[in-house]
Amino acid sequence: MSDNTTAWKLPEIVETPSRFRNTIGKFVVKRNSKCISCGLCAEICPYGVHLRYENYDKSQRPVSHKCIGFKCKENSFYCVKNCPQGALSVKENPLLETLGDYRWTAEMLLGHFAMAETGEVPKVDLEHNLGASGGGFDKIRFKHPDPAKAVTLSDEEMDTSIELNKTGDDRPKRTISIPCYGGGMSFGSTALPVIIGRARAAKRLNTLTCTGEGGYPPDLLPYKEHVITQVATGLFGVREETIKYCPVMEFKYAQGAKPGLGGHLLGEKVTEAVAAMRETVVGSSLFSPFPFHSVYSVEDHKKHVDWMKEINNEVLVSVKVSTPTDVDMVAVGAYYAGAHIVHIDGSYGGTGAAPDIAKKNIAMPIEYAIPKVHNFLKNEGARDKVTLIASGGIRSAMDVAKAIALGADGVVIGTAEIVAVECVRCSNCESGRGCARGIASTDPELGFMTTEEYCEQRIVNMYMAWRKQWCDLLRSLGMTSIRELVGRSDLLVHLDYLDEQERATYQPAPSYKVII
Amino acid sequence: MPKKYHIATKPAPPRLHPVGKYATVEFREDCAGSCRKCVKKKCVYNIFADNYYHMSQMGDPEYLYTCNSCFRCVQECTKGIFSRVVNPEYRFLGDDYWTPSIIHRTWYQAHTGSIPVSGAGYRGPFVGEGFDSMWTDMSEIVRPTRDGIHGREYINTMIELSRRPMGLTFDKDMNLATDVPPILEAPFPMLFREHGEFGVDTDNVRLAMARAASSLGTFMFIDPGKVKGELKDHAAHLIPEFTAENWKNYPDLVKACQMVQIPYGPGVKDTVNQLRDIKKDLFIAVAAPLDGDAAKTAVDLLDAGIDTIHFIASHHGKEVNVANPRYLRDAIRDVHVALVENAARLTVNLLFSGGIAMAEHVVKSVICGADGVVLDATLLLALECRLCGRCKDGLSCTGKLEAADPDFGKNRITNLMAAWRNQILEILGAMGIREARRLRGEVGRSMWFENLEKENFGPLFGERKVIG
Repeated sequence: MSDNTTAWKLPEIVETPSRFRNTIGKFVVKRNSKCISCGLCAEICPYGVHLRYENYDKSQRPVSHKCIGFKCKENSFYCVKNCPQGALSVKENPLLETLGDYRWTAEMLLGHFAMAETGEVPKVDLEHNLGASGGGFDKIRFKHPDPAKAVTLSDEEMDTSIELNKTGDDRPKRTISIPCYGGGMSFGSTALPVIIGRARAAKRLNTLTCTGEGGYPPDLLPYKEHVITQVATGLFGVREETIKYCPVMEFKYAQGAKPGLGGHLLGEKVTEAVAAMRETVVGSSLFSPFPFHSVYSVEDHKKHVDWMKEINNEVLVSVKVSTPTDVDMVAVGAYYAGAHIVHIDGSYGGTGAAPDIAKKNIAMPIEYAIPKVHNFLKNEGARDKVTLIASGGIRSAMDVAKAIALGADGVVIGTAEIVAVECVRCSNCESGRGCARGIASTDPELGFMTTEEYCEQRIVNMYMAWRKQWCDLLRSLGMTSIRELVGRSDLLVHLDYLDEQERATYQPAPSYKVII
Repeated sequence: MPKKYHIATKPAPPRLHPVGKYATVEFREDCAGSCRKCVKKKCVYNIFADNYYHMSQMGDPEYLYTCNSCFRCVQECTKGIFSRVVNPEYRFLGDDYWTPSIIHRTWYQAHTGSIPVSGAGYRGPFVGEGFDSMWTDMSEIVRPTRDGIHGREYINTMIELSRRPMGLTFDKDMNLATDVPPILEAPFPMLFREHGEFGVDTDNVRLAMARAASSLGTFMFIDPGKVKGELKDHAAHLIPEFTAENWKNYPDLVKACQMVQIPYGPGVKDTVNQLRDIKKDLFIAVAAPLDGDAAKTAVDLLDAGIDTIHFIASHHGKEVNVANPRYLRDAIRDVHVALVENAARLTVNLLFSGGIAMAEHVVKSVICGADGVVLDATLLLALECRLCGRCKDGLSCTGKLEAADPDFGKNRITNLMAAWRNQILEILGAMGIREARRLRGEVGRSMWFENLEKENFGPLFGERKVIG
């Protein structure tokens, strides 16, 4: 992590296709037996749906997920019309009905798969910025910008960096080059290649990732300048040296998806390596208590913060709390205790395992908490002295921008990074051997389905695609830095607060029934 | 420390192949035959092998109750011949209130006795109607939480069903002068009731409920005409639902029961006295529809000397006999607040039945002001009911409820109650509350959609133009 963002060069985008043989697409392209393998389709399709190699003249299975679908009909190169044999057909993929949920719709998942593959905003018509949840971010829009104000700068010239130490104390200034850093995913809940891949991506993006509460695998050491050490209630794997490694340390008081409840790692996931790292017994379920049993007041909390600052003189302190009614009081208390970063985690965030009743019902969605805390800190005169980070249900590039406009400085991303490495949100992270897709598993077989390089590049690609969207937005708003957007809720509208006529000028909120 | 109340569970696998959520589809004409890499052999969850055994027993079609949606077979098949669809039968389970997912999760809990736990974040809509438009609040740093779910602390879920005096008086010798009424307790805020509309008329179902109620220590509302045979042995845990007149025909039953129920209506106060003439310590509940006058009814019953008022809402948790029925959330609140305003909330207990479909509904009802709730349809679901409604037309039951062994049914209901109670403990623990009774009317431990919108979005966006 550098102090000088100008030295940072945008990381290279490398096309990184799916790990799986059949990539899921919005459309399915079929070639029937009439095909004479003339190669015309491969010649004309600019999206790479039809492949053809030199010295090999048999037709290939179409790369369906790259097909832009029926809107291609208007194009002269529409393969179905051009095929001399009429051997091609395009249809919508019926599989989509069984993929995704209200928050992460099938199109949002596919959109993020595409971004992680190409590093570009998807060419296929996929609604990747709005879910079907019918509230919160999905109903908030940016006001129509004034075209006269738009600026013309290249993406390289735009500033998407944020400052993590605004207190003005004697600790180092630290800047991250995108307004996001990675959420805590512990060794034990997540596969090692994913953890390392995230750290490698964080290094290239000049941002951070977080250990979660599972100790500090030695493989992370080469990236330690980009790794946050989390100190959570179970204190698993927290050692003096792991506090000394890190540029930022994070106290996790609560997790948005299960506030008031401690972490829970099922016995099946406690393998030998995990047990060694956490200094426990193989196969025995691990519960983190809730809360810190040494913290029952803001004064106790301050003692904790001071203790960490004493161990590492350079470290910045982040305090992660969830969103109860009095989240504003909690945030300001954390600030006065000496935190550089106040991190609020909303109720719709991700988790490796939590009771469904907790995920749905405890604490408030982050959309409410951000303006609540932002305004409270402003009234306290403390807003300029602290970095406010939001997380929990922030899914896409536009969610990030909306969260910032509502009052956050930046956000923490967990689920989207996992989706970039092809999580389908089947929500079986916790059961049996763990994730069937090799992401949230420590199983000797499943835990090594991915590679570090693959995870790194997919995550970099996704963030670069996000960055393009932020730059477009900022330019249209006449801004050159994402820092100008902080707290600009005057630029937002909420569809439910508009009269019908005005509402019709904005993109409607997707609304359909999802089978979950 | 007193002995902890604990519900022992044991798995009770379904008798019938449950309606699965997804089906895989294979386009067999494109299959390469035994390509040796067949994804069916590699399923992480082994569902194809399990289904093979199922099919070999000539079971229902290949609907996958156990498919965990990892999409690996779809994505890894060498020929790409796999796809997946939603089981059409699953779509038609229940209705918009009793959704297929609620039914599925109820089955799971009745089967395993475990609370539903999953990875990834919340998957549902941002906000919904009724109970879905409120969130519970939790403790943060300075308010200690409790940890009852793992047995490390004692959280009490018990509620009282008996009336209580507002204060004690003493005579000049300082002896207790108040006539302190006896106490009746249920171990958790959930009672049982046979569903009025659904359910085949069978003793097996009633016995399953009654045996579960007895062994758990809770109570079951029942038509007194049905209390025969073994059911009589459970009388201490039955609450006969008498009409205004027919209680006179059951003097023995009145004596055998701890609590009885009579309907609200003229003369209810006389009936209370007459019943207490039969049994002096009898606990009495009065049933009333949850209509527009519910709050008035509750206030009117304050001097009747009864223990509990039981309001009955619709199958979908809404008011009845009202042009624009509201959900339980607001209706419960009204009744509770009316009693608070009359400074009499403590004298009587409030139960609500109808539309309690998930453990969170219990907690939210209590937050709104109920002492407890009465479960109906959800108990049938535990016995593998599919809420298809055929029974209402006198047709045969798709869940074969009449054939369910009462002990099996008791097992399933016990599992479900264990899972629900554990979820109540989770929520109480997260809030740092040690007593279910302490949560009653505690709206401060909840956040309501309309308030959150107004407080946080109001200053940014102005006035909300869309209702709901």
